[in-house]
Amino acid sequence: MALATRTGRRPSTTRTLWDSTVGKKSVMAVSGAIMLGYLVAHMFGNLKIFFGPGDFNGYAHWLRGMGAPLLHHEWALWMVRVVLIAAVIAHGVSAYQLSRRDIKARPVKYAHKRRRASYATRTMRWGGIILALFIVWHLLDLTTLTVNERAWAGHPYENVLATFSTWYGNTIYIVAMVAVGLHVRHGFWSAAQTLGAGNARRDRTLKFLANALALVLFAGFVSVPVAVMTGVVS
Amino acid sequence: MKLTLRVWRQHNADAPGAMASYEVDGISQDMSFLEMLDTLNEDLILRGEDPVAFDHDCREGICGACSLVINGDAHGPERTTTCQLHMRSFADGDTIDVEPWRASAFPVVKDLVVDRSAFDRIIQAGGYITAPTGAAPEAHATPVPKPAADHAFEHAECIGCGACVAACPNGSAMLFTSAKINHLNVLPQGSPERESRVLDMVATMDDEGFGGCTLTGECATACPKGIPLPSIAAMNKEWLRALRKG
Ligand code: SF4
Ligand code: FES
Repeated sequence: MALATRTGRRPSTTRTLWDSTVGKKSVMAVSGAIMLGYLVAHMFGNLKIFFGPGDFNGYAHWLRGMGAPLLHHEWALWMVRVVLIAAVIAHGVSAYQLSRRDIKARPVKYAHKRRRASYATRTMRWGGIILALFIVWHLLDLTTLTVNERAWAGHPYENVLATFSTWYGNTIYIVAMVAVGLHVRHGFWSAAQTLGAGNARRDRTLKFLANALALVLFAGFVSVPVAVMTGVVS
Repeated sequence: MKLTLRVWRQHNADAPGAMASYEVDGISQDMSFLEMLDTLNEDLILRGEDPVAFDHDCREGICGACSLVINGDAHGPERTTTCQLHMRSFADGDTIDVEPWRASAFPVVKDLVVDRSAFDRIIQAGGYITAPTGAAPEAHATPVPKPAADHAFEHAECIGCGACVAACPNGSAMLFTSAKINHLNVLPQGSPERESRVLDMVATMDDEGFGGCTLTGECATACPKGIPLPSIAAMNKEWLRALRKG
């Protein structure tokens, strides 16, 4: 007797990817990696603030003209923005759908409570929500200048100084950067596992890389408000 | 030893359940956890009460039938199965919480017994190889490289107990499924179904309502057979490979 096997046509690759927990998790991994790459570049850009307004504002100006003379003013910038927006949406939507599924899969809690998993792992969801809110604030503050105290278009150096001269500007930023560090710490290593790059031999290297990335990003980003607060940058 | 047990009692799948307290006395340190429950049940039967239902079969750590969450840990404080857990791991006067596996894919049947047939359906989806039945083939007919044989053997140790699902905050069956994928996909005997196996087993796993993996690592800590966490990464790799091959 022949074995009963699945002989029906398989759904398309995209369907399978999006419908499966493993596939959706890899969407999160790839979109996370895109955002992580952006963060590293962003951090290096920020450090230019230590070389004075000329350097920093000049760099900001160059960003808008990237790709010239082939590309029109701000075209390249918008391409980057579109990719980033797509990554944020893909990451957020899959995180939301996967989380809902996970909560449904474990409806009853154990009566005997016990601390489970590391802090970075347990705070991925809340950390992600904090980061999403921070991005909105950050754009309103330093891109659209809607909530910025100084709001001097074309002069980001002065605007950054204005932000980090307020207590709330510093607090919001530093809390968000702690969240970035924790999110990257578990996220980078996790993404490697999801994409199948993890194995027993490589595990220590991957964990080290995750911690190093988290620490460097945190230190690099937070150095700016600290420098403004202490008067190193003024 | 004298102990206080707080045990989940639930009359049937639809009845609401609750934790109930029992005192057990005369427990020896050399008893297994299940023998301690047998002692409790004998008491309950003598008192005319309903004994606590729990799953067990081999009682030697190889069948995967026993399944209890003891003080919040699947299979209790030692890295072994509940049947191989001995009362010397507890102290006189302890209060011990005993609960069933918790996952929506593993509904409670009665008290501490859950329905794990979702695992069977994952196995049916691809946990087999296509081979002619009959007499065992000549052992040297299909050469298997030593590292592949070791890798397969390490994963063949999974007894399908479900502790990984019970320990996972997302009720995910990734460790169990990855044990089967790692076991069969490295062997030449398993290679004809290499792609369909991983795609179908993961699809069934999702259909059964298990959660996704957040790489928390609770599963590998709870697994009595030491199936390692990187096996999940290896399964993800197989899945993505199969998807690319279409
Ligand atoms: S992977 Fe480990 S915990 Fe999960 S079913 Fe297999 S033996 Fe049990
Ligand atoms: S009863 Fe068989 S493994 Fe515990």
